[in-house]
Amino acid sequence: MLESNKDSAKLDAMKRIVGMIAKGKNASELFPAVVKNVASKNIEIKKLVYVYLVRYAEEQQDLALLSISTFQRALKDPNQLIRASALRVLSSIRVPIIVPIMMLAIKEASADLSPYVRKNAAHAIQKLYSLDPEQKEMLIEVIEKLLKDKSTLVAGSVVMAFEEVCPDRIDLIHKNYRKLCNLLVDVEEWGQVVIIHMLTRYARTQFVSPWKEDDGLEDNEKNFYESDDEQKEKTDHRKKPYTMDPDHRLLIRNTKPLLQSRNAAVVMAVAQLYWHISPKSEVGIISKSLVRLLRSNREVQYIVLQNIATMSIQRKGMFEPYLKSFYVRSTDPTMIKTLKLEILTNLANEANISTLLREFQTYVKSQDKQFAAATIQTIGRCATNISEVTDTCLNGLVCLLSNRDEIVVAESVVVIKKLLQMQPVQHGEIIKHMAKLLDSITVPVARASILWLIGENCERVPKIAPDVLRKMAKSFTSEDDLVKLQILNLGAKLYLTNSKQTKLLTQYILNLGKYDQNYDIRDRTRFIRQLIVPNEKSGALSKYAKKIFLAQKPAPLLESPFKDRDHFQLGTLSHTLNTKATGYLELSNWPEVAPDPSVRNVEVIELAKEWTPAGKAKKENSAKKFYSESEEEDSSDSSSDSESESESANGEQEEEGDSSEDSSEDISSEHRSDSESASEVGDKRTAKKNSKSKGKSYSEDGEKENEKSKTSDSSSTDSSSEEESSSDSESVSESESEPESRKVAKENEKKKTKQDRNPLTKDVSLLDLDDFNPVSTPVALPTPALSPSLIADLEGLNLSTCSSVISVTEEKLIIKSCSDNWVRTPVFVPVKTHVLLHRMSGRGLAAHYFFPRQPCIFGDKMVSVQITLNNTTDQKIENIHIGEKKLPVGMQMHVFNPIESLEPEGSITVSMGIDFCDSTQTASFQLCTKDDCFSVNIQPPVGELLLPVAMSEKDFKKEQGMLTGMNETSTVIMAAPQNFTPSVILQKVVNVANVGVVPSGQDNIHRFAAKTVHSGSLMLVTVELKEGSTAQLIINTERTVIGSVLLRELKPVLSQG
Amino acid sequence: MLTAPLSRPSGLSCRQGRKGEVHLQPGLLGSQAQEIQTRWRPSPCFGAGKRSPTKMIHSLFLINCSGDIFLEKHWKSVVSQSVCDYFFEAQEKAADVENVPPVISTPHHYLISIHRDRLFFVSVIQTEVPPLFVIEFLHRVADTFQDYFGECSEAAIKDNVVIVYELLEEMLDNGFPLATESNILKELIKPPTILRSVVNSITGSSNVGDTLPTGQLSNIPWRRAGVKYTNNEAYFDVVEEIDAIIDKSGSTVFAEIQGVIDACIKLSGMPDLSLSFMNPRLLDDVSFHPCIRFKRWESERVLSFIPPDGNFRLISYRVSSQNLVAIPVYVKHSISFKENSSCGRFDITIGPKQNMGKTIEGITVTVHMPKVVLNMNLTPTQGSYTFDPVTKVLTWDVGKITPQKLPSLKGLVNLQSGAPKPEENPSLNIQFKIQQLAISGLKVNRLDMYGEKYKPFKGVKYVTKAGKFQVRT
Repeated sequence: MLESNKDSAKLDAMKRIVGMIAKGKNASELFPAVVKNVASKNIEIKKLVYVYLVRYAEEQQDLALLSISTFQRALKDPNQLIRASALRVLSSIRVPIIVPIMMLAIKEASADLSPYVRKNAAHAIQKLYSLDPEQKEMLIEVIEKLLKDKSTLVAGSVVMAFEEVCPDRIDLIHKNYRKLCNLLVDVEEWGQVVIIHMLTRYARTQFVSPWKEDDGLEDNEKNFYESDDEQKEKTDHRKKPYTMDPDHRLLIRNTKPLLQSRNAAVVMAVAQLYWHISPKSEVGIISKSLVRLLRSNREVQYIVLQNIATMSIQRKGMFEPYLKSFYVRSTDPTMIKTLKLEILTNLANEANISTLLREFQTYVKSQDKQFAAATIQTIGRCATNISEVTDTCLNGLVCLLSNRDEIVVAESVVVIKKLLQMQPVQHGEIIKHMAKLLDSITVPVARASILWLIGENCERVPKIAPDVLRKMAKSFTSEDDLVKLQILNLGAKLYLTNSKQTKLLTQYILNLGKYDQNYDIRDRTRFIRQLIVPNEKSGALSKYAKKIFLAQKPAPLLESPFKDRDHFQLGTLSHTLNTKATGYLELSNWPEVAPDPSVRNVEVIELAKEWTPAGKAKKENSAKKFYSESEEEDSSDSSSDSESESESANGEQEEEGDSSEDSSEDISSEHRSDSESASEVGDKRTAKKNSKSKGKSYSEDGEKENEKSKTSDSSSTDSSSEEESSSDSESVSESESEPESRKVAKENEKKKTKQDRNPLTKDVSLLDLDDFNPVSTPVALPTPALSPSLIADLEGLNLSTCSSVISVTEEKLIIKSCSDNWVRTPVFVPVKTHVLLHRMSGRGLAAHYFFPRQPCIFGDKMVSVQITLNNTTDQKIENIHIGEKKLPVGMQMHVFNPIESLEPEGSITVSMGIDFCDSTQTASFQLCTKDDCFSVNIQPPVGELLLPVAMSEKDFKKEQGMLTGMNETSTVIMAAPQNFTPSVILQKVVNVANVGVVPSGQDNIHRFAAKTVHSGSLMLVTVELKEGSTAQLIINTERTVIGSVLLRELKPVLSQG
Repeated sequence: MLTAPLSRPSGLSCRQGRKGEVHLQPGLLGSQAQEIQTRWRPSPCFGAGKRSPTKMIHSLFLINCSGDIFLEKHWKSVVSQSVCDYFFEAQEKAADVENVPPVISTPHHYLISIHRDRLFFVSVIQTEVPPLFVIEFLHRVADTFQDYFGECSEAAIKDNVVIVYELLEEMLDNGFPLATESNILKELIKPPTILRSVVNSITGSSNVGDTLPTGQLSNIPWRRAGVKYTNNEAYFDVVEEIDAIIDKSGSTVFAEIQGVIDACIKLSGMPDLSLSFMNPRLLDDVSFHPCIRFKRWESERVLSFIPPDGNFRLISYRVSSQNLVAIPVYVKHSISFKENSSCGRFDITIGPKQNMGKTIEGITVTVHMPKVVLNMNLTPTQGSYTFDPVTKVLTWDVGKITPQKLPSLKGLVNLQSGAPKPEENPSLNIQFKIQQLAISGLKVNRLDMYGEKYKPFKGVKYVTKAGKFQVRT
């Protein structure tokens, strides 16, 4: 038929052949006959021949070559679609000989006028690459060319090719990044998925972390400022404190509409992008869309629920409003049910647990027994997580013991066992009840659990235990191995505690065990006999038999099976399988800044190099240009942003610091006024205007920070709360205000006008620094490190008075250019305030001070002190200033600018610097208003005379070695064991003293390092945990006086419960 | 004439070797560790032709409910059918088709499958790829079949195997989705109609479009060019579904409204439509067809779009969960199983609750009875019921509710003697429909058309249905 002249006959034949292919039958013998028809005029025949060719060309390579010329001709066809399809088929023929032809075709097609042909060229790249990886270099060139393409049609395909061929050549993306972001919405949906995934990876390598460190993630990088190319070009790759890069923002903003896509894959891709790269406060918006996907079919639900489960472990708040959407329906498949249950467990908290428990009650009765069993486990987990309901849960579980279904009962027993183990208080009743159950339960695991429980608590149920043993002895031979082992254990324990009654019984059981079929049981029997039955040969061990058997056992930890999944990128195959899939590309951590700064330098230079030839000449513009750009970008942003904010602001704790960052104009204008007044370039009028609200927001933020630092996982050592505290460190906030400026267009405008007035020659960023110097910015942002070049700039320009501590140390660091210790931001800032002036004695003027623990901007030997002034009268207080100072010798003080007036009920925070000369002597001075003078004094706690220092364990030991003998003071502390968990110790120490955590390799040794503010001498604190709830506290320092004072202060804090 | 050569070609010996290996595998599958080990072992066969693994969808197998692979399509090199053995194994383990895990990992491949209309679409993946990407695509394939053949069944696919092949060829290129919009596909490959197949057989013309699709090249890839109708019409169906869980006592545990707007647009040329609502604020969460201009929605809450031709889903939305959802029906139920006796009582009555003055129709009650139920002996006051003793599903087709006489279903349940009575009463799944009502109160305000001169005929229809509506008893 194929030889026939008639098209219809040929067509019929081809259809049959395709039918065969579809069924998986072999049709390769027909190859020669089919190939002849490749030049057929009939489109359908042609298409079917293509199908055939692609399928069999690999097997019949020589014959396949016959068809090539046809395609070559078609590649020159005037019709773009014919060109495209020819390229498609040509590249699908997997014959190595034609690789050069394909390469040529791809190159030509990539320059084609039609975007459709170019799209196909991008597809062909992947095919050629998989056929012949040798061509990689050439293909990368083509990819580079195609990446520049502006057509939405091409974008998705070429990114796909990029991911396939050279996912590590991130440098190719730089120039196209913005274009991709902007095109994204118009790209077809499949391309969107690929691009979003690629951009997620890109963002993770190119931007600094916008996250708080409160989530326990171990990214303790001091993020540096990157890839804001215009900045980079101009300011010689300075590193800057964290600001949301406008490009980073661009990506986040442009992907947001895609959450509304009908394509689940796109929504998921955006969700994972938000999860992985957006500030924590903005992640909330994805939950709504993800919940929407739950309406979709089973498979989509499955994947989405898995991802939600992972997310909900880390951030409960995100999905809490949708709690009910995870309620289980009896018609859900079991896998969906268990996933929903998992999520419900993760979301359970004090507020909703009662509703949840009621819901769980329904589930327990489910006909799906596997699900019912899972529910029981869930109840157990809730009970351990939420202490309020432990008893309720326990009671509920005990009720379930009388359930008729064995699986349910068995599962309950196992869970109860775990629960009781965790709090073995007075649960004798339950144990008795369970002992009774032994008669009826047959599931081995449950029986074993009961026996174990009785054994463990045999002293609490002295009457029942021997009886149980008697019963079990009777049935020993017919028990399951698991149960037998527990019978042996029970016997041994009873023998030790109540040998009078049970000696014979135990010996009987041991004899039975000796001849058991299972060698495990025989082994155990022998072991126990040797251990407990006294005989002349028994060694030293038997003396400790009781200790061995009845030792305190640590309670099992019931945790989510999804706990460890978060290291996979969400939405990936690897995440679903929870194993690394082939070709999985690890999502890199945020650019990490190792303690060694030289590495960073190289990295920056490297990046800069990549950028320099990028021809970003237009970026090298004046400051004005830069401003206008960022304004454009952000004016459009601010509206949508604030919207999302209001949604997510529903009291979700996690958002705190950040929400203040993005939320509203007035906050940032506060910062501004704040900073101005502080850095003495201030515009007093604004300060006045905002003073009231500022005070409020400030104190609020203080509270929040406090909250957060409490909740923060302090086990994540030095990084734990670095960020929130960074909010207070000036060195950081110097230029941190930039994101605000970006966000708020109006603000920018103001600034611009201001800047125009300024006849300064400084460049932009420095202007920023100048304008915005928020001393008390409540915005918590990650700590970046300053690059040497910045310091050079800083110094050269003599920026206000602040030759800040950081820059000095940084400089030192560069000189030494080794991994020396250097100052960093405090781990924790206590919000404890001290009264400076009571309102009664101050005639309505109240003053409080606290130590923000940041390097002082007024002088590097000063401790910064923040004073909050409150006007409690109903009249303005005018001209608040500092009068006469009575300072001990050597002590210096930098006063705050006089405050013109303070409104009634108003409050204002000012900062000042005091050089205490490393002593705890009191600084006395007079706080004056227009009418009165009040004598006040500030006495610093010794812990505030320190600045934290980052150093490695090795350096710490080295330094410690040099500070022994005279310079070492130590003491022994006694305290309850629960006070010696790492987090408690960390919290206590940093609460007292402004020290930095040194990452420790040992669990029982905690090290902290700091230096004194005035002299810069090291202060090394070591807490070494010893046996039996004691610990040794060692302080090594040159300043022995301060050392001993600190020791005295730390000791009671650490030992108190 | 054609004869199908059945022997395998020599070139595939390598594959056969693999097949042997596969048969050895299942024993190992049990242990996770072993499996991982094997996964990392380089495959001697697959490493042969190419070194780097390729992304996205490698092959597709269609499997019917009895476990036959009736269609396979490979976009890259050929993967042996034996890879499906892993799938069958998982299927066996799952017992229930609903419980087959969508993602299965095998030593060399990953299988991602969907279950649609009693068919399994199993795709073979070699490397990391977002699973939703594949799942979503497979559903899109199934949708396309549905669209082309009216049903997505084994018979329909087998009958149209050539079209299926052509479709798959167009939809994926090298495993990456190429054209998935039905408008474009229909231009490329014409759907089969009886008339056309008659004409084709006479004239020898084909069902492959001879005009080349232009939509794919334009900025609006979803709409084909040169549409012409004599009657220009635009219809919108606002369909809302109530998802609810009602507990034993009749109080609502959970309820929300999910809605969609389906459009059927037959307008000539390039119409630019904008649809506005009386109360757009009701829409809490919306997902859009790609044709909708997101910016307009954000700023004005107006749906502005150039529609695809034909039927499509314009938006789907969720009504904010804060709003109380009116539950239109109530169910009185009393189901009890007596201890130690082989029968139980079953009595349910359905009544209208808040129906906004509309009649509730199309009521169906489905109950999955416990396994111990042998048979049911019931009398409905209205409609008819069936009980399938194999699947234990009771279906009661009620029809309309007339408030004067509430429909009820009463009778006895025969239980397996000797078995303990079921602990939990089965929950009732209820279906119903209310015409001319959008339960959320959503109302379309107006539809305007720009860009074309003619006056279209416009229409909006509202329907409320039960979604996942479950009453616990």
